[in-house]
Amino acid sequence: MTVIVRTVSSWVKVLIFLFGIYIILFGHLTPGGGFAGGVILASSYVLLMLAFGRTFVEANLPRSLASRLDCLGAFVFALIAILGLVFGGTFFVNFLYQTYLPGRPFALVSGGTIPLSNMAIGVKVGASLFLVIFTLAAFRAESQEPSEGNPANQGPGQKE
Amino acid sequence: MALFYVLLIFMVIAAIIAVETKDLLGSVICVGAIGFGGSLMFLLLRAPDIAMTQIVVEVLGLVILIRATISRDLTFITGDREFVGMVASVVILLLVFMAGVRICDTLPEFGDPVFARLPEAASQAYIARGLSDTGAANIVTSIYLDYRAYDTLGEATVLFTAVIGATAILRGRSRKRLEDPEL
Repeated sequence: MTVIVRTVSSWVKVLIFLFGIYIILFGHLTPGGGFAGGVILASSYVLLMLAFGRTFVEANLPRSLASRLDCLGAFVFALIAILGLVFGGTFFVNFLYQTYLPGRPFALVSGGTIPLSNMAIGVKVGASLFLVIFTLAAFRAESQEPSEGNPANQGPGQKE
Repeated sequence: MALFYVLLIFMVIAAIIAVETKDLLGSVICVGAIGFGGSLMFLLLRAPDIAMTQIVVEVLGLVILIRATISRDLTFITGDREFVGMVASVVILLLVFMAGVRICDTLPEFGDPVFARLPEAASQAYIARGLSDTGAANIVTSIYLDYRAYDTLGEATVLFTAVIGATAILRGRSRKRLEDPEL
């Protein structure tokens, strides 16, 4: 990409990432939540991938770390459900709000397990969408390979 | 209310162009226009959570689709339609449209849900007791992470399975690229 795209995206990527974190953390107070925030987190990495290329992003957030984050998010979300079964007697019961940590309504620490679930879902969605887009980008590079270096051969007759 | 119909007509026109145009990139951009129209519609119906999710997913999907289309060799669709298939599709569309007109007479007014009239409906209970039951100020979040957390667990499972499937299918061809940082 050009210098303009690289410079602007290096400024904007932090803001997008911060906005994603805000959407996840305040999901129980304002519109948003784990899914939307996770997609925003993934899109900040997509911007980096478009501007700086796949290898830069691979160095920044390795694929193994992303798949671990994906599994961690899913595991934490299921763990919250099972903790509800252990402490509250029902799968997915909001045990933190009902017994341990009521919190003040409209405060950041409120809603019991809801903010924790939001964080788990945000990490999970962000990491998994990042993985999907990363794999698609690698797949595209692979499928483009035969036509590289010989652009004259590009045409409908050349596809597999 | 007139704004809804303007948006609806805009989305219908964009959908028709997306299907009919020969240019693949233009078609993808029209699909994006449909998505943004839908996002605006959700916002006007006072559903900011859905509007936000719709718009971020739309942006991400549009980026992926544009990357996928402009890298392909074949960006223009060629070839004519066959006559019988076109007549059949027009007849089926007409039948569906007539059935839709009949059904529309029985539906409640747009943006006026039936459940708002029933005091004992579940949605009314969520609105009345959401804050005291769950402590979350955003009722949408309190529904999908407390009252109906099973749905969210299933949704997360679907996403997890989709990612596993996508990486498993695509990995075989792109493993060489992924493991070699120079390429």
